[in-house]
Amino acid sequence: MSKTYFSRTHEYVTVDGNIGYIGITDFAQNALGNVVYVDMPEEGDDVAAGEEFGAVESVKAASELISPVSGAVVESNEHLIDNPRLINQDAMANWIIKVELSDPSELDALMDEAAYKEFCATEGAH
Amino acid sequence: MNREYYGKLIFELSRQGRRGAIVPDNGCPSAPKLPDHLVRAEAPELPEVDEPTVVRHYTNMSNNNFGVDTGFYPLGSCTMKYNPKINEEMAQHHAFSGLHPAQPAGTVQGALELYVRLSEELCRVCGMAEFTLNPFAGAHGELTGLMVIRAYHESRGDTKRNKVIVPDSAHGTNPASAAVAGMKVVEVKSLPDGTVDIEALRPLLDDTVAAMMMTNPNTAGIFEHSVKEIAAMVHDCGGLMYYDGANLNPMLGVARPGDMGFDVMHVNLHKTFSTPHGGGGPGAGPVGVRKGLEQFLPSPRVMRDADGNYTIECPEEALGSISATLGNYAVLMRAYSYLLSLGGEGLRLAGPLASLNANYVKESLKHLYKLPLHGVCKHEFVFDGLADKSTGVTTLNVAKRLLDYGFHAPTIYFPLLFHESLMIEPTETESKETLDRFIEVMEMIAHEAAETPDLVKGAPVNTPISRPDDTAAALNPVVTFADLKAACND
Amino acid sequence: MHRYLPHTPDDIEQMLSRCGMKSLDELYADVPEEFRSKCPHSDARPASDPEIRRVFDELGARNRRLTCFAGGGYYDHFTPAVIPSLLQRSEFLTAYTPYQPEISQGTLQYIFEYQSMMASLTGMEVSNASMYDGTTATAEAMLMAVAASRKRNRVLISQTVNPAVRRVVATYAHYHGVQLDEIPEENGVTSRAALDRMLADGDVAGVIVATPNYYGILEDYTGWADACHAAKALLIMNCVAADLAAIRTPGEWGADIAVGDAQSLGMPLHYGGPYLGFLCASKALIRKMPGRIVGATTDADGRRVFVLTLQAREQHIRRDKATSNICSNQGLMALHTVIYLSLLGSVGLREAADQGAAGAHYLASQLEATGAVRLTYPEQPFLNEFAVTCSFPVDRLMTLAIENEIFCGIRLDDHRLLIAVTEQRTRQEMDRLVELVKTAAAE
Repeated sequence: MSKTYFSRTHEYVTVDGNIGYIGITDFAQNALGNVVYVDMPEEGDDVAAGEEFGAVESVKAASELISPVSGAVVESNEHLIDNPRLINQDAMANWIIKVELSDPSELDALMDEAAYKEFCATEGAH
Repeated sequence: MNREYYGKLIFELSRQGRRGAIVPDNGCPSAPKLPDHLVRAEAPELPEVDEPTVVRHYTNMSNNNFGVDTGFYPLGSCTMKYNPKINEEMAQHHAFSGLHPAQPAGTVQGALELYVRLSEELCRVCGMAEFTLNPFAGAHGELTGLMVIRAYHESRGDTKRNKVIVPDSAHGTNPASAAVAGMKVVEVKSLPDGTVDIEALRPLLDDTVAAMMMTNPNTAGIFEHSVKEIAAMVHDCGGLMYYDGANLNPMLGVARPGDMGFDVMHVNLHKTFSTPHGGGGPGAGPVGVRKGLEQFLPSPRVMRDADGNYTIECPEEALGSISATLGNYAVLMRAYSYLLSLGGEGLRLAGPLASLNANYVKESLKHLYKLPLHGVCKHEFVFDGLADKSTGVTTLNVAKRLLDYGFHAPTIYFPLLFHESLMIEPTETESKETLDRFIEVMEMIAHEAAETPDLVKGAPVNTPISRPDDTAAALNPVVTFADLKAACND
Repeated sequence: MHRYLPHTPDDIEQMLSRCGMKSLDELYADVPEEFRSKCPHSDARPASDPEIRRVFDELGARNRRLTCFAGGGYYDHFTPAVIPSLLQRSEFLTAYTPYQPEISQGTLQYIFEYQSMMASLTGMEVSNASMYDGTTATAEAMLMAVAASRKRNRVLISQTVNPAVRRVVATYAHYHGVQLDEIPEENGVTSRAALDRMLADGDVAGVIVATPNYYGILEDYTGWADACHAAKALLIMNCVAADLAAIRTPGEWGADIAVGDAQSLGMPLHYGGPYLGFLCASKALIRKMPGRIVGATTDADGRRVFVLTLQAREQHIRRDKATSNICSNQGLMALHTVIYLSLLGSVGLREAADQGAAGAHYLASQLEATGAVRLTYPEQPFLNEFAVTCSFPVDRLMTLAIENEIFCGIRLDDHRLLIAVTEQRTRQEMDRLVELVKTAAAE
């Protein structure tokens, strides 16, 4: 049974057991436009909640990736190396890194889908 | 010209056995052969072309370019003014062009004097105590200036100051330079009138502030009227004020950064002081400091001994070196020639006429383009796209359509204060006739946007090429002729 | 009115009236009077062209053009007449950075050609559009290595790298917070044993060496790339561009980044600039590179065209997260480089390098024959630059040579001198220098 959580910086983490799949939301990919490159950490690297772990680049913009949770990277999504546009096609299905969570309590600080939708609606209004 | 015929790369003109230069022969016996493991195995892949082919190739290539000499460049924050020809002639002067940078000071007294005279002129114009002319470009100047600031704080044992405050309207180089200098960037918001929000600044000021970077007038072309108060606040918390000289042009002969409370600054000789931009350099970014900070300027420095001779020194307290030499020297020669040719009159009028040109264009077009900041601007101003947003025509479309009418595009999507920024800087060397024609074209584009929006969205149509596919370029970078051949074979 | 300012009094009046103003002063009504009153006014008359020429002639008369046997990173190679002529074409000279590709294909195409040629010359896969000079290019390579490693913060630099380069690298390291350690020199070359020891200490992001090194020596870097890569460090090679026509390239040594100054590709000495820094790398590192990069793509009509690409690395988009703060680089000097390399081709470039080497070895043997001078590193191979140890103070020769319109080389210390020979030096000039050495030794 997996559940997805969202951050205010438009990353999501889908949690299955103690494994989290981190990516950017559909809202974020839409704002960014055609993704041309994803800068990802390597397997074995550590990520920390609230800290940068890479970036997603389009032609005229770039967005730093902020990890919603802390943990060790167990895999980065190699499909994105050759085909970064997968993120535009389906941001939620194409996670960027897979992390072993070190502190599941961090999830409490994140939004659920309904709260995130509302958050985006107010963001978009600006 | 026939682009199909002349549109090849130089590599595609290569024929084995051709050559374009003869190398002198000194008549010495060949050097002993180097051991095999120190020799390159294969010759580099360079074209083999004769001299006329090279000349025709690059001459035709130049026809695909736009320059200040071909037309009007309303490019905000870039100060694309006329580049006088006498500067070019002086930069090639035979008594300077052959000097080796390591020549003893006694053999280059004329070159050193020119360096000192130019830095003294810059001091006078900017209200600073001393200038180094070593930095190679504006961003290099920013980095050098921030190093001066760090060296100053370090010299006082004040090592926790690593925060640099930049307005949200700042040039991208400001935060990037701070990061290279190992400093943390904190943004301060702008007020609706485009100036720094003093109330937002106040809570940021503490004992970790190394400096605040500002450009004045700012990137929206607005004079920061509270600059004195801001400087006092930053100084009170122990920080220094850095002036980004990218927008110095309108202040020439009017007011000086030194008098506004700035401690360290750079100027872009390739903007304010008319040295050519060269398609992206070489420029020069001299850095000036107020009295009391001179000792931190980078080595090498030009000084004068008791006998009045110039010497080259590397003082102990200096921040270190940011270059091996005294900078892009031939660029400095151009700027000095420019100052001589400007004289008092030219210097006094350049800034005001640049501001007049900007205000004239702004007032002439504000009924068709959205003017977010009202009032008098200085050398540049920003429209937030077309006034009529219903057409779907964007700032990018307007910019590209301008190319069709023979103008360069303004700076677009900068500053980041507005969604559709279109930033226009007509310098003082543009005539009223040129501006009138530009205004007429901008009006035409606004009407086209309303009546035939697809025409504007499809622009440009009259340029040597049509719109390139940027996404394909970034997805799969083809950055050399070898890549290109590999891509063709795929 | 001033010659660069087209405004007539009538124009000014009409334009002011459009703005609802009566005087130019009103444009500055928001600038506090206390600033305005402090601004000094010069009454210097705008100088005419002849007057400007006179000023430069007078200053120039106080310089001494010397026959140059100095190198130290900057060499007196010849400049084909074609280059200054083409560089003065306004369409190149007065263009801005090619942000509008539709009207900048000239600039974009020569940068693409430049990248192709520099990548091939260094034996690397990719090149950026240029850096300021060789010193800052090396400093940027250091920052690039640190950024690419993500977490490592220590860089090693050989003591045989040009001291001017080391000073600039050290300055950038100090402020950026990189730990920069020097690999000691032994008899003119970098100590391999020291490298292995320092790599074993860990945390090394990059290793910087030079070919040829500061003393003109071609060091043997066999196995260095493997040692660096085993320690997950990048190998950065600083090189003299022109010499790469003859010597083993950074690519062949297995380096990850090749940097250096391209002044040796026929750029006038110009008392220090403008020159050009080059930075080439393996393709894996392309998105970590500083500065502009031009790529090929197609336009809407399917034609091959060139654009600035991978811009998301750069300061105008990435701000404080950019790979570098560099904006303006040395655009026009990249044009100089492509024209020079096109004219000479690989054959001419090799001939120029061979002529320099022939002259240098001839001069070295003639100097040794005087008995007053010996090669400082007689066992080490060199191309066109070498260090000598003199039996007399170098300053004595320096003074004597200048009296005879010769710059005899770079002073390394009281008795050591660094001498370079390019294709421009004649045998007669070399013989003259040998005579001066004999005189200095006899004094």
